[in-house]
Amino acid sequence: MQKLLILGGGTAGTMMANKLVKALDNEEWEITIVDKYKTHYYQPGFLFIPFGIYNRKDVEKPKANFFPPGVKVIFSDVNKIEPDENKVLLEDGRVLHYNYLIIATGTKTVPEETPGLKEKLWYKDIFDFYTVEGACALQRKFKQWEGGKLVMAITELPYKCPVAPLEFVFLADDYFTKKGIRDKVDITLVTPLPGAFTKPVATKMLSELLKDKNINVESEFYIESINNDEKKLVSYDNKEVPFDLLTIVPVNMGDPMIARSEMGDDLNFVPTNKHTLQSEKYENIFVLGDASNIPTSKAGSVAHFASEILFDNIMDAIEGRPLSAKFDGHANCYIETGFGKGALIDFNYDTEPLPGTFPLPGLGPFGLLKNTKINHYGKIMFRWIYWHILLKGKELPVEADMTMAGKKKVSF
Amino acid sequence: MADKVIAGKTVQVNDEGYLLDASQWDKEIAVEIAKEIGIELTDKHFEVLAFLREKKEAGEPLTIRKVGKSGIVDIKEFYALFPGGPLKYSSKIAGIPKPVSCV
Ligand SMILES: Cc1cc2nc3c(=O)[nH]c(=O)nc-3n(C[C@H](O)[C@H](O)[C@H](O)COP(=O)(O)OP(=O)(O)OC[C@H]3O[C@@H](n4cnc5c(N)ncnc54)[C@H](O)[C@@H]3O)c2cc1C
Repeated sequence: MQKLLILGGGTAGTMMANKLVKALDNEEWEITIVDKYKTHYYQPGFLFIPFGIYNRKDVEKPKANFFPPGVKVIFSDVNKIEPDENKVLLEDGRVLHYNYLIIATGTKTVPEETPGLKEKLWYKDIFDFYTVEGACALQRKFKQWEGGKLVMAITELPYKCPVAPLEFVFLADDYFTKKGIRDKVDITLVTPLPGAFTKPVATKMLSELLKDKNINVESEFYIESINNDEKKLVSYDNKEVPFDLLTIVPVNMGDPMIARSEMGDDLNFVPTNKHTLQSEKYENIFVLGDASNIPTSKAGSVAHFASEILFDNIMDAIEGRPLSAKFDGHANCYIETGFGKGALIDFNYDTEPLPGTFPLPGLGPFGLLKNTKINHYGKIMFRWIYWHILLKGKELPVEADMTMAGKKKVSF
Repeated sequence: MADKVIAGKTVQVNDEGYLLDASQWDKEIAVEIAKEIGIELTDKHFEVLAFLREKKEAGEPLTIRKVGKSGIVDIKEFYALFPGGPLKYSSKIAGIPKPVSCV
């Protein structure tokens, strides 16, 4: 019996399990998936919780609902991988052997990495919305908050869903406007990037939108620490940003298990071939989703596009062919902009987000880099698509490779 | 892309003044680019530049965090050496491409 082992049953691991179980002969192959938690979170939904649009129950479902029959499921913490021995040690002492390994253990926030973050103001005046606990705590805070300086800060790159902090400030503008206290709320986005986003054309569009909505941007601010007594952010070059209420994206890192296995970089992300998705070091190990170090967004949409490439390459590897599929870094993100509208960006390793229509050239229905109602519906529908199509490993009517059709080249 | 004479040598640079070919770099060129930015190079600067060039050569992505863990400087010292934009300025002076932050 040959063994294929998947570590992590989140977005990426679940998709792969569903794809592979259909393709591999169950007389010959045993597929096992390991995760430490039993609940699957729809993480894109965390964004909506602080504003009371979603609640906890809207983003949680049992993981077991999404694992297909025929896949062996183990709920346990992975202690470490021993890649030279082709085996994995579980926390409970069990040892799993594999012929092929897929690492899909994602990334998580590590507030402890920033001095002063997880101290006396944590979940009193400082919150994150990258965990369900943080998002729910912030919802309670927002309900009774009467205004002041609201700061949304990013500590370190990369972090998952790079547009989420932008969406957060747009939704905050909407929320406090509807609450009638927008004039009492000063909103600032603090980022280590040189502007609102990394790519020039998208940054220009988003910066204009931020300006229209009276949201300040403090760029190239690299946070050294948080002063709890004086309630301010301090940067490495001694700049300061005061806050009354701080929402923060803590440092994102791969699971400590990756470090224990000595397989990660300085943020515990696994060095991965950006085209084949094979580990840089081990031929029978592949990495999918946020756990890898490939230079594109850490997002569910990326994991989805990459999963189609990975599926082809694993089949090649198993059947003894050279790896034929190449990932282009395709990412596709809806950006909530408040007041029932949204924008959409589509890009890859080489091409920055451009205006146009998606997925059908000229027809859309979604407008790229445009602020429209239909893009907002796209985001709202994404939850249904996520639970019913994406996780099940079914095809979406969108190609894995990015296309230039329907896009306009821009220069300015 | 354009030719530029730096410290008496002709090198190719992009429109932001970053060297296109890291092998055209030498210490005099570094001193000259640093001067344009307003930085006077010390031995410590050169240690950082050597680290950056070595990591670039090895194909490793460069971040401020990584330099902070180099054992040469911590992040605060890195900022002090290259005020205003440690990674973009040090890369320019080191003759390597401007690091792209990928998110
Ligand atoms: C606020 C927010 C908004 C977002 N919005 C969007 C969006 O609009 N669009 C989009 O495409 N993406 C969005 N994302 C990103 C998206 O959710 C992630 O990129 C995606 O879930 C990554 O999938 P993954 O499988 O790599 O990681 P995950 O889904 O996080 O799964 C990793 C799994 O590994 C398990 N695991 C980790 N370590 C171990 C261990 N040692 N032992 C056992 N199990 C382990 C974890 O329990 C987890 O189940 C958002 C994320 C957040 C936080």
